[in-house]
Amino acid sequence: MTLETADITPPATPSGKGKSLLAQDTRTKKRNAAETRFKAYGIAALAFSILFLAMLLFAIVRNGVPAFTQTFVTIEVELPADVLDKNGNRDIDDIKKVSTFGYNPLIQDALVAATADIETDVADGDLKKMLSSSAGATVRNAVIANPDLIGQTVEFEVLASSRVDGYMKGRVEREDLERDRNLDAAHLDIVDALSQTGGVTRKFNWDFILGADASESRPEQAGMGVAMLGSVFMMLVVLLLSLPIGVAASIYLEEFAPQNWITDLIEVNISNLAAVPSIVFGILGLAVFIQFAHLPQSAPLVGGLTLTLMTLPTIVISTRASLKAVPPSIRSAALGVGASEMQTVFHHVLPLAMPGILTGTIIGLAQALGETAPLLLIGMVGYIASNYPDGIASGFLDPNSAMPAQIFEWAKRADPAYYERAWGGIIILLVFLMTMNIIAIILRRRFERRW
Amino acid sequence: MLDDKYHADRAVGTMQDKKITAKNVQVFYGDTHAIKDVNVDIADKTVTAFIGPSGCGKSTFLRCLNRMNDTIDICRVEGDILIDDEDIYDPRVDPVQLRAKVGMVFQKPNPFPKSIYDNVAYGPKIHGLAKTKADLDEIVESSLRKAALWNEAKDRLHQPGTGMSGGQQQRLCIARAIATAPEILLMDEPCSALDPIATAQVEELIDELRQSFSVVIVTHSMQQAARVSQKTAFFHLGNLVEFDDTDKIFTNPQDPRTESYISGRIG
Ligand SMILES: Nc1ncnc2c1ncn2[C@@H]1O[C@H](COP(=O)(O)OP(=O)(O)O)[C@@H](O)[C@H]1O
Ligand SMILES: [Mg+2]
Repeated sequence: MTLETADITPPATPSGKGKSLLAQDTRTKKRNAAETRFKAYGIAALAFSILFLAMLLFAIVRNGVPAFTQTFVTIEVELPADVLDKNGNRDIDDIKKVSTFGYNPLIQDALVAATADIETDVADGDLKKMLSSSAGATVRNAVIANPDLIGQTVEFEVLASSRVDGYMKGRVEREDLERDRNLDAAHLDIVDALSQTGGVTRKFNWDFILGADASESRPEQAGMGVAMLGSVFMMLVVLLLSLPIGVAASIYLEEFAPQNWITDLIEVNISNLAAVPSIVFGILGLAVFIQFAHLPQSAPLVGGLTLTLMTLPTIVISTRASLKAVPPSIRSAALGVGASEMQTVFHHVLPLAMPGILTGTIIGLAQALGETAPLLLIGMVGYIASNYPDGIASGFLDPNSAMPAQIFEWAKRADPAYYERAWGGIIILLVFLMTMNIIAIILRRRFERRW
Repeated sequence: MLDDKYHADRAVGTMQDKKITAKNVQVFYGDTHAIKDVNVDIADKTVTAFIGPSGCGKSTFLRCLNRMNDTIDICRVEGDILIDDEDIYDPRVDPVQLRAKVGMVFQKPNPFPKSIYDNVAYGPKIHGLAKTKADLDEIVESSLRKAALWNEAKDRLHQPGTGMSGGQQQRLCIARAIATAPEILLMDEPCSALDPIATAQVEELIDELRQSFSVVIVTHSMQQAARVSQKTAFFHLGNLVEFDDTDKIFTNPQDPRTESYISGRIG
């Protein structure tokens, strides 16, 4: 038997019996080249995304990490009894009558004493520009908390002003101060001298994570804690409402509802809802929960309800997908031994769908946690400047803010110190999101490992 | 000798009372007329085989017998199906109770992703057949024994049923169906996913199950029908063409369609 191909393509092997497998023909070469090219594109795309991710992370860390440290000035404040407690009976109500302004002269004296050894032409009255204007309140709060301090000389670590803090962090240069009425270069000489002796230190600032927001002029005092609480309350509302409602709706639609045009319509609408811009849910929440139902503005309950509207489609879609992924043979098996439809779902289908449902829910929650636009519409950008538990987010109905809204607020403010805090807030938000994702992964592993 | 055995078998098949009676059964999937006016009497303690070309409605008719068709929205069943002279499509009948009485084994082995023990124990549990743990243990053991799986499973009762071989999984599914103490066992091509050795084991098992149940088996293998059944029903395009003793169907079919099917001309 002679091979006809031998006539068409010249023999590549010495024996002349058809094509050699050792040499690639043009078609194969072309195909391999295309494959190699495609792989190269893929790797390039991957490298590109990794590069962007790295740049993003670098920017976040570089800009945000300084927000977690703060500059403090150590001063020894004399707390004379004749100024702070005129009646001398340590009555707390009398002590409270002395306002923070009453403490400012004491702090000024302390500063004069602290800088006694330093040669400077800063007037005594201007020394306090180095400190945060919150210094008086810091000392006053300490005295009210512990009236026995009156009559002693007590060492305080008070916040430095944001300019001094910026100088310590390299954000503020001496040249920048020429047009600045808040601080002079001479102040910086004092800061330099004090930091030599340990009077000015920069250390980790828990108040940035746990504290409340502060006024526009006191970025050094602002913290994320209250907004964090607001976000936590909101997420509780979202979780408690959207998980049961979403899962129940999906189970009904997927396992019980008849297949007809009504369910088809509902299905299409749910898919579309998932793609509706979040601000639409915001205005819906404003109209329904605040204007119609008269729930309080800026309350985490309203924020949570609004975000629930937004999260439900996500949860319904992922739950239905994971219910669909459960093989129909499991359903037939259960029905075949006489389980009711309800038992089939709860004994067999739902446990198998659980990992997917939980993952979907947590991803939905994470989305809701980072959502800003709807919060702006329902006023969840409350300015709360006092710490827990004084008059703030002690509940679902008190006005509050939320983490992304707080970040937005900070980014809007003029002072560059707030810009730094906005980046720091982003880090906290990302840590939250990462934690949620890790929980999702752990839960998924835990449920999948059963079989 | 062989004839004697057939006669003995046939005696079993015909002497028994009828267990299931179908009268003028019609099944529709939307506009598709899948079962056309089927009348049949199925005897107790007998293996009845349904054969016919694929798509002829064997599975559809089988699923009518335990109302598994109820789960298909577009499926409509007309006519009467009586089990022990009770109409199973009577509105008073709860399909859940019916399915405890009429067990089913599916084409592809479908154990629950749970332990072997839990697979078998699930049915008795939801039907309240066992009062104590010891009762349940006993049901599980006797069901596994009846399904000829006890020796292989007794040391791994608490390991996943999904980790067994295909043949073992199918016998586990049979054990699971037996565990609810059914009176009828429906099997839809129970061996089509199994290798020849596992098939032989399951066929042997079916022959034993005949002692306690009325078994209805759908099969695409005529040899299998001939090996395990006493009665055979031949379906074609939704019609029940011929229903008779198995040896008669295979040796002396009355209808030309049956003849051409078993001689390999249609199908
Ligand atoms: N779930 C279903 N929906 C619509 N049509 C179906 C469904 N199941 C079966 N059918 C139709 O019913 C007819 C009989 O199917 P079936 O009973 O599965 O045949 P067999 O088991 O004999 O191969 C076929 O025409 C099939 O297309
Ligand atoms: Mg079939």
